[in-house]
Parts: sequence; C-alpha cells; structure tokens
Amino acid sequence: MGKTRFGIYGGQYIPETLMNEIINLEKQYEYYKNNPDFVNELNTLLKNYAGRPSLLYYAEKMTKDLGGAKIYLKREDLNHTGSHKINNVLGQVLLAKKMGKTRVIAETGAGQHGVATATAAALLGMECEIFMGEEDTKRQALNVYRMKLLGAKVNAVTSGTKVLKDAVNEAMRNWSTRVADTHYVLGSVMGPHPFPTIVRDFQSVISKEAKQQILEYEGKLPYAVVACVGGGSNAMGMFYNFIEEKSVKLIGCEAAGKGIDTDKHAASIAKGKVGIFHGMKSYFCQDKYGQIDEVYSISAGLDYPGIGPEHAYLHDTGRAEYVPITDEEAVSAFEYLARTEGIICAIESAHAVAHVRKIAPKTDKNESIIICLSGRGDKDVAAIARYRGEKIYE
Amino acid sequence: MNRIESAFKNKKAFIPFITAGYPNINKTEDFIYKMVSAGADLIEIGIPFSDPVAEGPVIQESSQKALEAGTNLDNIFELVKKVRKTVNIPLVFMTYVNPVFRYGYDNFFKQCSLIGIDGIIIPDLPFEEKNEIYEYAKKYDIKIVSLIAPTSQQRIEDIAKEAEGFLYVVSSMGVTGVRTEIKTDLKSIIESVKKVTNVPTAIGFGIHSPEQANKMSKISDGVIVGSAIIKIIKQYGTDADKYIYDYVKSMKDSMNN
Repeated sequence: MGKTRFGIYGGQYIPETLMNEIINLEKQYEYYKNNPDFVNELNTLLKNYAGRPSLLYYAEKMTKDLGGAKIYLKREDLNHTGSHKINNVLGQVLLAKKMGKTRVIAETGAGQHGVATATAAALLGMECEIFMGEEDTKRQALNVYRMKLLGAKVNAVTSGTKVLKDAVNEAMRNWSTRVADTHYVLGSVMGPHPFPTIVRDFQSVISKEAKQQILEYEGKLPYAVVACVGGGSNAMGMFYNFIEEKSVKLIGCEAAGKGIDTDKHAASIAKGKVGIFHGMKSYFCQDKYGQIDEVYSISAGLDYPGIGPEHAYLHDTGRAEYVPITDEEAVSAFEYLARTEGIICAIESAHAVAHVRKIAPKTDKNESIIICLSGRGDKDVAAIARYRGEKIYE
Repeated sequence: MNRIESAFKNKKAFIPFITAGYPNINKTEDFIYKMVSAGADLIEIGIPFSDPVAEGPVIQESSQKALEAGTNLDNIFELVKKVRKTVNIPLVFMTYVNPVFRYGYDNFFKQCSLIGIDGIIIPDLPFEEKNEIYEYAKKYDIKIVSLIAPTSQQRIEDIAKEAEGFLYVVSSMGVTGVRTEIKTDLKSIIESVKKVTNVPTAIGFGIHSPEQANKMSKISDGVIVGSAIIKIIKQYGTDADKYIYDYVKSMKDSMNN
C-alpha cells in the first residue's frame, strides 16, 4: 500500500465491500502509469482525439483593459467535449479497459463529466451508466440528451437533496453492487485514495503544458496561476507542476454563491470544517453534528460540499490560497470575457476570471498570470440569461 | 463477561436495527422496549446521517425523516440513557464516521460509555482506517464491530484477527435492503473467520423472512435485520409497536436455537 494521504487529509473511508477493488485499482494504476504502451496510447488519444496540447492564449485586450500583469488563458474549453474533464476520463476509461472492466459508471453535476465519460465509453467500447441528481437533470436537460446520444444510460437520482453529492452517493452504492465488471470513473480529485492521485495525475497535463508554454512566451515563470475549485480537478491540474516553483502563487476560487455570510454558498475552505465524507478526510460544509450541508452555487460544477484532500493540504501548508467568488462576480466576469475577448467560458471558469480582474491591476506589468479556462460556456447561456432576467427559450 | 458476549452465550442472537428518531425519538424508545420484550438479544441503534452510502432506499429515507424530525446526537444520547435504566441487553450504535469525528472522538466514546453503549459499527471506517477511533474506543471500552464483505477474500483473516464484540458478515454485494435470495457462500466465509477467532459472527444485509433467519442462524451465531423493520415503521408509523413486537418474535422464534 502506497501513501494514501496528503498530510492528515485523504485516506480510504469506504465500505468493506469496496476495499479490495480500491486496493486492486491502486495496484493496476501503479503498474500502468509507467507502462510505455499505456502511456503511449493515452498520449495518442489526448493528441488526436481530445485535441491536446490546448492553447495558452495571450488575452491582450483584457490585459490592456486591466492595466497590470499579462493575462494568459489556458484553453481547456477547446478540448473535445468542451472542458478539462476529458483529460481524466480518457485516462481512467483506458485504465478500466486494461483492467478488464466492461462497464463504467460516473457521477455528474452539470453534466460535463457525464458527457466526457459517455464519450470515452463510446470511443473505447464500454457500457456506460451516469448518475445525476434529479434536480440537475431538469436544469441540464440538454446534457442528459447528449449522454443518451452517446449511448449512455442516465439515472436520475431521487435520494437526498437530488444534486451532485447525492449522485456521488448513488454511484458508490451502485459500484458496491457490481465491482467485478465495473469501474467508477470519479470526476474530481476527491473520494478515497487512489482517486485523488489518479485524477490529479491525469489532469496534471494542464500545468505540464502551461509551464512549457509560458516559459516559451515569457521566458520566465508566471506570477500566479488561478483556477476555480469545486472538488478541484482543473485546479489540481493547473497547480501541480507549479507546486515546486515556490515563487508562483497558486490561487483557487471557490463558489461563494450569494455570499459566504449567507447559507447559500459552496465555499468548503472559507466556511467548511474538517470532516470525513465520500471516502476522504478534508474540508466539508457541515453542521455541528457532522451532517453534510446542502450547498449552493449558480455553477452546478462547483455545487459540491467538499474539496479534494490535496487542496486541503495545500491550504493548511499555505502553499495555495483559496478565495471565495460570488455568483454576481462570476456572472459579471462571464459577460466581461465574452465582450472583451470574444470567449464564452463556463460559469465555473468565470469564478477564476473574476478573481483575476481583482488582482491583475495590482500586479506588475512585467509579470504574467495564467487563468485555467476549464470549460466552455454554451451550457450556461440559458442560466445566465435567467439570472439577468432575460426570457429566452432553450 | 461483557454484555455483547452474553448476548451470544449458548444461543443464536437476533439483532434488530432501528433508526433513532424515526418517526420521532419518543417512538424509538417505545419500539426498543417492544423489541426487547419480543426477544431481541442485541439492538443496533442507527444514528442517522445525511448521506448514508452503505444504505438502501428504506434506511436512507428513515435517516432523512429522522433528521428532519430534529434528531441529533444529543437527544440520541438522552434516549439511550433513559432506555438503559430498564434494558439490560447490549446496545450498539451504527453510524457513519463523520458525526463521530465532528462530535470529537474522545467526547463521543466517553458519552457512549456513560450511557451504557456496548459497541459501534461504522461502515465507512474499514480495517485500514480503524486507528482513527481505536485508542478512544479502547479507553472507554466500546467494542468496534468490524464488517466482512463477500469481496473481502484475503482480508478476512486480518479483520477477524483483530475482531471484538462480534463480526458483522455482509451477506451480499451492494447496500442494505430486503433481498429474496442470498447467493454468497457465507459458510466458507464464516469458516475462514472461525479459524482465527472465537468472536461471534452475525449475518446482515437482505434478511427479512423467518425462513432466511432460520437458514442463516444455522451457519452463524446471529442474524441482523434492519430494512424489514424500518419498512414496518414506514407502514404503521407511530402505531407500529405491536407489529414490531410480532415481527421480532417471529424472527427470534424461527432461529435455530
């Protein structure tokens, strides 16, 4: 058994029924991650299917407008299926296939991870079932149909609060009924070990590329890298290869919803407490009796009551900084990026854009800041219109 | 001899489960008395959790309803304290790790010991993570009841070697809930257990009929029933007392004593 924790965070808090499968997963992953054929096959898929490397785009108009550091956008929104989720999914579904599995399951909030998993399953010839909170299936009906087009079965989860955390519960329950032929493609850097490590490794391609790209363009490391954080997979991907570069600030942007002083937010670092849930010890929004809170964000992808264990560790050690961004700030940034750069980004990613609007003007012009633009915003257009009081038909 | 040992002494133990606070905390008290008088040998009291990942729909719903009714650890401790005045059979908590963690391990196990709880079952605290609570449970002499699953294989021996109280043998894959048929080779699992420990075994998950209880009691030391009882409470609500009594009695009588 390898290292299962980041400081005190992480671990394997799961039912006994799943333990042997998790141990097996770790063994198989440790083998395949260094297997040249596997690595080669995955890299080929990332290049020829997902469209990697993704661009590091210099946002010149935004830079001029804000009048400070040079702003670069890591364009994960240009990947196949429209977000960073495909990086992890191709890795995990390929791994599942090597492990002899014939079926994959996944949770999804807004549907991005579900669509990515259904896509990889279609490509690699696996049976696929997606668990999605009933509330989310209503809010994201288009993504539900997209997954069905890709050949996946979508289960609307009616237990608990009927949103993302309940979808994770249901996926874990389903996995425990049939581990023999099924792999659970967890979508973020969360859950029991080895998932936080596996997902981080597959997402670390983001910072691996970004580091090379920024050195090529600027000749030096950036002042900061900024990403939105729900469970935290795009942020871990964006941070990972910069962790060792102590001069680079790592900034994660949490969903503050209607404000962290209201009860409508999903800010696990700002407002959460240490707890144990979904297989891991980390920060969670919860009450004094340890019951997990219902959380809220305009962004379904950040609407999760916890954060990955490695983020909890980076927070405690002070290596990364986590800031809350409200719905209003995120929506304004969403509109700003569309007008200024002609890019409609995901409302999740707009949380990172919002923070950079605050810090860039205060940062020296010779410095640079990279924003991880984790996804594209087509899925959010209708919700933003509603937020602004516009009546449109989807 | 501690209370858990005596529950298995020279007999097969029938172990009913009840969600504390479903439909309300006062009825839980009444239901416990009924189960005791119907012959329950040990009672599992469920501390409801918002996200019970090892439970099927029946216990999930009861947990949610109990929380909505205002059930919390403080009033559950009060309940047990009251019940303990007249009830002498072992009482074991069943919950998830977060409510225990949040309450504070030392404080939680201290309370358990003060009110007369004998053991604890935490399905999301596997063997590898047992150290999380071990020293506190030991300090206050609360037995940690471990689970063995159909997939445990080579882990059976490790888990059984450190077992205390009793061993909870999970009959089937998946979550709690009534099943018509149990296919796992439980006999060989229990044989592996018996090679390394004398700690009694009880089979749970999916058992609901007296026929199943009879069959399971032939290969193990006890039988655990949860969802079938919660279903009775769901059907009859605050009037479930008599039905719970009849059901527990029929199950206990069917066992191979």
